[in-house]
Amino acid sequence: MTRKTSVIPGFKITLGITIAYLSIIILIPLSTIFFKTAGMGVKEFLAAAFDRRVLHAYGVSFFCAFTAALINVIFGVIIAWVIVRYEFPFKRLIDGMIDLPFALPTSVAGIALTTLFSENGWLGSILLKVGIKGSYTLLGITIALVFIGIPFVTRSVQPVLEELDKGVEEASLMLGASGFQKFRKVILPELLSPVLTGFSLAFARGIGEYGSVVFISGNKPMKTEIAPLLIMSKLEQFDYEGATAIAIVMLLVSFLMLLFMNLIRIKTNRFLKA
Amino acid sequence: MEYKKTDRSALQTRKKKKAVKGNYQEAVTVKRILIAVAILFLFFMLVLPLILIITEALKKGLSTYISAVTEEYTVKALKLTLMATFTAVISNTIFGLIAAWCITKFKFKGRQLLTTFIDLPFSISPVIAGLIFVLTYGRNGLFYGFLQRVDMKIVFALPGIFLATIFVTFPFVAREIIPLMEAQGNDEEVAAASMGAKGFTIFLRITLPNIKWGLLYGIILCTARAMGEFGAVSVVSGHIRGKTNTLPLHIEILYSEYQFMAAFAVSSVLVILAVILLILRNLVEWRAKKNR
Repeated sequence: MTRKTSVIPGFKITLGITIAYLSIIILIPLSTIFFKTAGMGVKEFLAAAFDRRVLHAYGVSFFCAFTAALINVIFGVIIAWVIVRYEFPFKRLIDGMIDLPFALPTSVAGIALTTLFSENGWLGSILLKVGIKGSYTLLGITIALVFIGIPFVTRSVQPVLEELDKGVEEASLMLGASGFQKFRKVILPELLSPVLTGFSLAFARGIGEYGSVVFISGNKPMKTEIAPLLIMSKLEQFDYEGATAIAIVMLLVSFLMLLFMNLIRIKTNRFLKA
Repeated sequence: MEYKKTDRSALQTRKKKKAVKGNYQEAVTVKRILIAVAILFLFFMLVLPLILIITEALKKGLSTYISAVTEEYTVKALKLTLMATFTAVISNTIFGLIAAWCITKFKFKGRQLLTTFIDLPFSISPVIAGLIFVLTYGRNGLFYGFLQRVDMKIVFALPGIFLATIFVTFPFVAREIIPLMEAQGNDEEVAAASMGAKGFTIFLRITLPNIKWGLLYGIILCTARAMGEFGAVSVVSGHIRGKTNTLPLHIEILYSEYQFMAAFAVSSVLVILAVILLILRNLVEWRAKKNR
């Protein structure tokens, strides 16, 4: 590590402490996953990581997280838009409430949503009348993930909307653009990058989410079992290899996804600047 | 000729006015629809669950509620939760400040890599966060032999809970203050250092006052997340009632024992704490904006 000379003191000591703390809390524990996997035979690993039941659980996790993130993009943009652009009663309150899913413990959210959407619940009983089951289905899992993901999109989009130059929009209206054209041609390109950020954050969080989902999912194998729950149940049976194999697949997928999203973001940014 | 021309242009302006008016009315309708959608969505997703928690908690009357909240294991779990939160917030705040100093005050190779590492816990499932501590310190773990020799237990004991909580809340403070310090630049610090001020004095007198609102904001977020952590703590805790049970875990146990009212009563305590933190968060944000 090289640096330009600086008069500000404390480089060596702060760097040392940072690296030490980072190693103890994150890097060394995280590396055990790779050691454990390396110690497994290929056959063993494949059997543990791609068993039919495990594959189904990945599917459930990814499908529900993806759907929830999409729903959050739609409502997240609307909420951010409404908060930044319009004046209406209780606006401050709503703005402050957006972060509730973040501050509320996931197990509290889990039991509340499960009761709300269960067959006798306030919303579950209404859904049942039109023939839809809420809790203990894929819909229930998606609802929980929507709840968890609300702040991510809204909070990524909000600052960008606040900075957006209103002059350009007004000009486009003066030139005869309709409201929808204005949105599509002027605002949407600017929002692409923050929406992608919010989407990938919500998606990543959704794949790994455990606390809020475990209550509402019902955990039926091959139906509503999610990948993090399988890790948990393998650990309870002291099957550390099995748990690690699933964990490493999930880790790799979420890193690849973050990388992919970053690439798209860089691409779109360049495209916009050009 | 002259007359016709003005007539046409008058017609055009009238058309334009009509179009603008049409646009305006369209905008009002769109505005009303969007506000309604946003409020309905937030009502069903955020407000209704909160109302449900409170009504379920008070279903059997106030006295049952109070006895559920003051029950021995609940109080013990609350104490443990507060202890874990306190440890995580203190250590991550100190680390966050040190890391931010290192990353923003000096230019060196690997700076970007360090920031990426700090953000790592954000993209890791809480269950996996718990798993890695079991793999490191549990039976068959990397350090199990050593821990046995010094007669120390980490997994299924308090240190494991603290470590898992620290891991999950690791980035919050650092993430909040690094961009802030980066934006403020180093001019004031360089000036102070050239005049002979010591590192710690520079930090206390110059850097800290500049970042105090951002720092506070990060601490509040860190507290909120630490208090509610469930997945990671669940893996390493071992669920020993009265010993290694935090409040979120206690709620799970009550719920799975069909003690719904008690589960919601304990939940309401966490709801109150969460709402207090949200209010603080908004106050800090408001102060920070005012100071800018």
